[in-house]
Amino acid sequence: MKTRSRIIIAVMAAAVLSPWARAWSMNHAPADKPPLIQPAELAKLLRKPAKGPKPLVIQIGFRVLYEQAHIPGSRYLGPASEEAGLNRLRARVKTLSRKTPIIIYCGCCPWNHCPNIKPAYAALRAMGFTNVKALWMARNFGADWVENGYPVAK
Amino acid sequence: MDAGRRLRTLGIIGAAALIAAAWIAARHGLGAHGAPANLEPAPNIVLTDLDGRRFALSDYNGKVVLLDFWATWCGPCQAEIPEFVKLQKRYGGRGLRIVGISLDDDPRPVRQFYARFKMNYPVALGNARLAESFGGILGLPVAFLIDREGRLRAKHVGQTDAAGFEKEIRGMLRPVAAEHARRTVGTQGILFL
Repeated sequence: MKTRSRIIIAVMAAAVLSPWARAWSMNHAPADKPPLIQPAELAKLLRKPAKGPKPLVIQIGFRVLYEQAHIPGSRYLGPASEEAGLNRLRARVKTLSRKTPIIIYCGCCPWNHCPNIKPAYAALRAMGFTNVKALWMARNFGADWVENGYPVAK
Repeated sequence: MDAGRRLRTLGIIGAAALIAAAWIAARHGLGAHGAPANLEPAPNIVLTDLDGRRFALSDYNGKVVLLDFWATWCGPCQAEIPEFVKLQKRYGGRGLRIVGISLDDDPRPVRQFYARFKMNYPVALGNARLAESFGGILGLPVAFLIDREGRLRAKHVGQTDAAGFEKEIRGMLRPVAAEHARRTVGTQGILFL
């Protein structure tokens, strides 16, 4: 009986603490890891824009993916793992206020294998941008955005 | 039992087994070679390889095709390529044809990659229209397995274990061997199921 109570308490504690732990890890991201925004959160933001400047949403994945489906209003700048893509990114944001909210996303492959998010975030940070977030997509754009019914443009 | 009677008995058993097999196949929705009967045909796309040669997917009818959507900068795609090279080498003689469709923005890194990884199968550059003809490629890698009748048999999204691919491919290559055996033995007057 005692053991069962302990298990129940442990499960309840995990359930209560896990969202908090995730939120904490997102807001205290190390320098090479961007703060994250969840797909549901961004979809909500697109439906009901928050007060203040509208975020600049940038796709830093591959062109064929963008042409098939992309987040409405997002700009295609190409894979940030390649110099050409990074240069387009730098050129696009050069004149913007460093406080501009920017959301970068890719969705080319599973998050841990994405070659584009890190270099894009590093380039934006190096330019002094302080309000950059990356859209978290565990698997890919199709599975984590399109299949969830979030808005898509072609 | 004389030879004639024995042959007749064997014939009846064989016919009964054939009827049973057909009934089971119908009940489980299986078509030729144990494939699900409601499989969609693969789109007949026309591709241009890195050397400018045009070819259609239908050129490979009668072969088992592994169609791989990939990109040079995609880590999981890179990991799969050496395995595909091995599979093409191992099963090419039995009717496997691997075709790569790169979704890179630029053909130059694809050419370099092709040479560096000693790729032994055709690679073409893809586009959105082509990707959409396969239901949309909204993440990489994606691989399709197409059977000898040109039907889509499987879709793998994300990096797939090489052993898993090999098992599926062997299964899809097997029917021709069985068919061949059936025809060979059939001409010798023995019923082969």
